[in-house]
Amino acid sequence: MSDLVLLLVTGLGLGALYFIAASGLSLIYGLMGVLNFAHGVFMTAGAYAAWLTMGALPVGWPVAGRLVVGVLVAVTVGAVVGLVVEVVLIRPLYRHHIQQVLVTVGLALAGVAAAQGIWGADPRPVESPAWMSGTTDVLGARLPNDRFVYLLVAAALFAGLLALLHLTRLGLVIRAGVENRTMVEALGINVHRTFTTVFALGGAAAGLAGVLYSQYAGAVSPAQGGSLLIFAFIVVVIGGMGSLTGTAVAAVVVGLVQQLANYYAASGVGDLSVVLLLALVLLLRPTSLKGATA
Amino acid sequence: MTERNPSAPESSEAAPVLALEDVHVRYGGSHILQGVSFDVPATGVTALLGRNGVGKTTTLRSIIGLAPRTGRILLEGTEIQGRTTARIVRGGIGYVPEDREVFGGLTVEENLRLVDPDRGVDAPVVARLFPDLVSRRGQRAGTLSGGQQQMVSLARVLLRENVLLLIDEPTKGLAPKLVTEVADVLAEVARTTPILLVEQNLPLVRRIADRVVVLDAGAVVHRGATADLVADADLTRELLGVSMRRAGVA
Repeated sequence: MSDLVLLLVTGLGLGALYFIAASGLSLIYGLMGVLNFAHGVFMTAGAYAAWLTMGALPVGWPVAGRLVVGVLVAVTVGAVVGLVVEVVLIRPLYRHHIQQVLVTVGLALAGVAAAQGIWGADPRPVESPAWMSGTTDVLGARLPNDRFVYLLVAAALFAGLLALLHLTRLGLVIRAGVENRTMVEALGINVHRTFTTVFALGGAAAGLAGVLYSQYAGAVSPAQGGSLLIFAFIVVVIGGMGSLTGTAVAAVVVGLVQQLANYYAASGVGDLSVVLLLALVLLLRPTSLKGATA
Repeated sequence: MTERNPSAPESSEAAPVLALEDVHVRYGGSHILQGVSFDVPATGVTALLGRNGVGKTTTLRSIIGLAPRTGRILLEGTEIQGRTTARIVRGGIGYVPEDREVFGGLTVEENLRLVDPDRGVDAPVVARLFPDLVSRRGQRAGTLSGGQQQMVSLARVLLRENVLLLIDEPTKGLAPKLVTEVADVLAEVARTTPILLVEQNLPLVRRIADRVVVLDAGAVVHRGATADLVADADLTRELLGVSMRRAGVA
């Protein structure tokens, strides 16, 4: 029983990280049709920004305080990187999907190389608040506290994005644009401004994902964003491109499947099981869990 | 087909609200519009007619920048080449596309608030012309009938101040009763705003259009008064491939 509780909570925590990473990706694809392979660079940028910020702040500050500031900086850096990438690289290439893929893949490769060149290829350890490194006993299971943080952050992000989508004009334009962005423009709405905003939002979420994933891994490394991006893509495809709720459901499923497979089959089978899950969904329900085209 | 009177003088009414001059549209290897030129007067309804696939919808899409084009398009005398679609629409051209293209996942209210964030369904024009939409404000547009969706599509553009409306086959697929309702709305709207209307329904064209422009193979082959076209059965058959009797006009 305690093993199962542990697996469920850690699986949910992993799913929460996947959701944070995938939410921006899903919005960007849903609205703009851009498969953003550079999303991993946004995550890496956020992770390094937080690491550098925490290192630059006075050692006398509590680690939790430095982490909070690091998260704020990571979110800001992610948003700025997303905004700049959209304006400079993506905007000239709307409706040129192959070129978009080439540019974002190129940026992903260049971003990793740049991080390696500046900080080296080896992982750099990050500090964690003592409470996040500890555990809490629940139903006989010793649950890692950081998973609760990921779950809380993911739940807050999910609620915030739902509120944005359903309670604001920007959200209304995004929802309409996900259905038919040409028609949004034909109603006189500057959809390109919305594209930029969504890209910045996606970058901010990626920055947040990057810093939380570095806490999960205990280190930052240049390739970290890329490895998280693979799972984020799987989550977005399973959940339905552009569907926030579908992305949330898929993230939970992927996190749980991965964790359970790793425990009950063999270590490392989790990654394989996620890929098999993706293949299964595409075969049995090609319109994805939410009914959107996968 | 021989161009009947495409170079005939345009209407002697006030200056045109829209003028197309030698407009070409190419998609891949296809040359869809091949030098289309005509004016849309500042009053009444101008019907854009022609057989299927001659470039009527492409003409409308080229005007609002949804089709890549060359040539000149002047709105109230000002060239609009190079403007984004959103800017052209905000400049006063309302566009009702073929097949309505309402946002099916949004409610009626949300569809309208996209254009008018403050009033939406509460705008006076909605209550006056589309009272049915007021009671359906919370209903998802995707669950509406074709006629109701057409009303949403029309209401959306009427929430903005327009100098010209482009309306593409508004009665396509509608039951006869709904065709009459749509025609009533268009006639009412045309009192204040000129309309360039693509329509296959000749009785409706005869009822509400003052003048016609006929396209064939991407070029203008006829323009003139609606009454003149309708009165000439041979000309109608030659230009549109239908007889007046079969079209329900005679």
